[in-house]
Amino acid sequence: MSEIIKKNLSEIIDLIKKKEIKSEELVNLYIDKVNKSKKLNSFITTCFEHTIKKSKDFDKKPNLNSLLPGIPLAVKDLFCTNGFKTTAGSKMLENFIPQYESTVTENLWKEGAILLGKLNCDEYAMGSSNETSYFGNVINPIAKDTVPGGSSGGSASALAADLTPATIGTDTGGSIRQPASFTGTVGLKPTYGLCSRWGIVAFASSLDQAGPMTKSVKDCSIMLEAMAGFDKKDSTSIEKKKENYSKNLKTDIKGLKIGIPKEYRVENMPKEIDELWNKGKSILKDLGADIIDISLPHTKYALPTYYIVAPAEASSNLARYDGVKYGYRSSKVNDLIEMYENTRSEGFGDEVKRRILIGTYVLSSGYYDAYYLKAQKVRQLIKKDFDENFGKVDAILTPSTPSSAFKIGEKTNDPISMYLNDIFTVPVNLAGLPAISVPAGLDKKGYPLGLQLIGKTLDEQNILNVAFAFEKNCNFKNEIKNWWL
Amino acid sequence: MSKDKFDYFIKGERNKYEVIIGLEVHAQVSSNSKLFSGSATKFGAEPNSQVSLIDSAFPGMLPVINKECINQAIRTGLGLNAKINNNSVFDRKNYFYADLPQGYQISQYKNPIVGEGKVLLDMPYGSKEIGIERLHLEQDAGKSIHDMDPSSTYVDLNRSGIALMEIVSKPDLRSPEEVNAYIKKLRTIMRYLGTCDGNMQEGSLRADVNVSVRQVGDKKFGTRCEIKNVNSIKFMQMAIEYEANRQVELLDEGKKIEQETRLFDIKKNETRSMRSKEDAHDYRYFPDPDLLPLKIEQKLIDDLKKSLPELPDNKKERFMNDYGLNSYEANVLVSEKEISNYYEEVAKLTDKKLAATWMMGDLFAMLNDKGLNISNSPISAKNLAELVQSIKSGEISGRIAKEVFELMVESRDNPKKIIESKGMKQQSDPKELEKIINQILTKNKDKVDQYKSGKEKLFGFFVGQVMKQSGGKANPQLTNEILKKLLKG
Repeated sequence: MSEIIKKNLSEIIDLIKKKEIKSEELVNLYIDKVNKSKKLNSFITTCFEHTIKKSKDFDKKPNLNSLLPGIPLAVKDLFCTNGFKTTAGSKMLENFIPQYESTVTENLWKEGAILLGKLNCDEYAMGSSNETSYFGNVINPIAKDTVPGGSSGGSASALAADLTPATIGTDTGGSIRQPASFTGTVGLKPTYGLCSRWGIVAFASSLDQAGPMTKSVKDCSIMLEAMAGFDKKDSTSIEKKKENYSKNLKTDIKGLKIGIPKEYRVENMPKEIDELWNKGKSILKDLGADIIDISLPHTKYALPTYYIVAPAEASSNLARYDGVKYGYRSSKVNDLIEMYENTRSEGFGDEVKRRILIGTYVLSSGYYDAYYLKAQKVRQLIKKDFDENFGKVDAILTPSTPSSAFKIGEKTNDPISMYLNDIFTVPVNLAGLPAISVPAGLDKKGYPLGLQLIGKTLDEQNILNVAFAFEKNCNFKNEIKNWWL
Repeated sequence: MSKDKFDYFIKGERNKYEVIIGLEVHAQVSSNSKLFSGSATKFGAEPNSQVSLIDSAFPGMLPVINKECINQAIRTGLGLNAKINNNSVFDRKNYFYADLPQGYQISQYKNPIVGEGKVLLDMPYGSKEIGIERLHLEQDAGKSIHDMDPSSTYVDLNRSGIALMEIVSKPDLRSPEEVNAYIKKLRTIMRYLGTCDGNMQEGSLRADVNVSVRQVGDKKFGTRCEIKNVNSIKFMQMAIEYEANRQVELLDEGKKIEQETRLFDIKKNETRSMRSKEDAHDYRYFPDPDLLPLKIEQKLIDDLKKSLPELPDNKKERFMNDYGLNSYEANVLVSEKEISNYYEEVAKLTDKKLAATWMMGDLFAMLNDKGLNISNSPISAKNLAELVQSIKSGEISGRIAKEVFELMVESRDNPKKIIESKGMKQQSDPKELEKIINQILTKNKDKVDQYKSGKEKLFGFFVGQVMKQSGGKANPQLTNEILKKLLKG
């Protein structure tokens, strides 16, 4: 029976539809494994009573026409879930129980999915290794001393360890794609505005975007279809018709033009990443795609730009956590200022504080023009780079990360080297484009590595297709040995 | 008020100073819901009963612009003869306070929805144009209540997120009197437009007052001080008076004015330093990434323009042209939309000039006396018109009309009914009057002789007798004519 949870989401959906397994049985399989997998620390909250009850309800009156019939899903703890703790990985929200449901999770439940639990993440999604979480670091199931990446590290870990058949994360600078790459899974960051941000704890509003994390490209298309959609409660949501990504998925990519940006070959990049990239090129070429060298000249400015824009927005977005209305409040309170100071000093972790400080600094009068305003201008140039090349190519292929999963603790004292992890992913967020990370191979340690496909605005279907074709011809196999059981 | 020359200057020990005033008026937008949420905006509701998850800044909540508030701002801009900007931006103004749940106020900084405009004031020394620098939309904060408990502060978020228009004037005002006229004019315009109820007691209209002084003849502005959040015209005037004199005193002593933010203490009638320029907040303004830039189609502006009501300046001109009113009368009668409507209803039915006189005289005095306003006047426009018409037609005299007016206030009856039932109709039948006058002249033969021999002062005596005899109802004009005729004979 435990073989079932190793299957992909689409296969499990088939089993449910063919009535070969009931939702409740499925739920119990996951609960069993989640209970046995505490060592990974991928869950912050479980809600098994709720999950079982909902699965029984489903089985009584199964709607088999929905996209996710009776499927249990654990989600990143950045999505507000009505009646269930939503912590954002922070002490500040340790006991916060929202009385509302995020639009994206609501969309999943409407398609028949059932909440299984809330997954660990970097505090307020700020981190690339899931080591900034107040609830402790998460372990990557590929090897017990490695990080799963971040910030959606709990999501990637739980998915790779078969603790949830699929999941969702948020991606502000690579927080879906980098952990997907580190765990040998698929992760997609949609076009900014495709998925509603309503009800997601905000990090950097102009960059945040929710997206699916799955074991296969097909699963990814199903999840995206379920979660995406216009939401009038989010002013930056894009008004457009829903698409049937899973139905329209195809492997024929003949004649598609794939761009290879020379600026993504960075100094000191491990040889195996370069080899992997070449492997990707030749697979796509064999499938009939044209491989075209392109240039995205402002790429080198993306990371510094990101580390101005994102902290600036975060410094303002996190001002609401002040101890007045909800969340943590310090017990050392004699007046208002002291309440603010102690609440925020005690409630936020170091990485969050670091970014609030950076953000406050770059917005300060006298520095605004030199930092924030300049960064906004560079952001436009980065976007222009992509726009100009998308006249010539249909998608862009790059490595997802400059390395495979690193060791726990390896980079915690070196924020800059931690930030460098996002070097290939942040330009996409700055430009608001969709991008998917697909597993492409293993390094010599046997750790997975991913390749990234970047698409035009709202061209998710196209990069899903390329990824789908790639996946079919790549023969990647994740080797997770369940060492923690 | 009857000064015909501007003369608000402050004499110091050594020099004579002119006062420069600029206002930042915060006007609450009339709308059923808040600027970025669907919460209600009713005044006086139970604390925290009109608060949504957005207003209280729960995690993951996002603002969505309320289109009606945008329309109201555009209407107001048009009413101020201002440029409406097709592109504007909402920014975040960041600061911490307990009644500011987001930790920032959504406002408009560099690109406001409305640009430069102007307002015309009618001053006793002529009309004066006050420039409008800009109008922008912003959220109101909540309210901190410090006096409910000795050791803690309570917060009411009902106001949090309510839409405000900040209307910034140019430094064109020169006296407390002009400030009074300016605020009233703004309020009148917004009430005509229905964009702000202008209710100062409920906090719908408040202002930050910028005051500086300079020696008469100087071209350069002096250093200004900003007096925060003053919520009545009277207090604004008192604050300006105090502040200007304080600055003059300092300058006369050869001292410098420090640019600072000050508070007006109502009880002590003085302004006090709140914070200096050095301590000024760094609000770290930046465009709100949760909101797209606000694009306004020209068509919307044009449509709103077409649907604007007649505004006070135009109405005043029309009243002067069509109804023959003078500038002062027209000004008073257009000062509130309801008053102008009432006047037009009356004027439609009877003598236009006499109607104005009665409204501005007896009607306003009575309303003022009783603490009423035109909308709940015990005398309807139709009844006042009938009363005026009765005077005009000679049915009753002006003196009797005043009695009828009193009875109308008491009974709310129409004047015809009162005149009939009390027999107050004027005696206007010449034959009847002649009969009465002949009787009086016969009775007072000696006085008639004295009159005829040159003591013409006695004419008044005869009139008095006629009035007495007729119970005050004799038509005075007719009485005069007949008396003159019979005394000659």
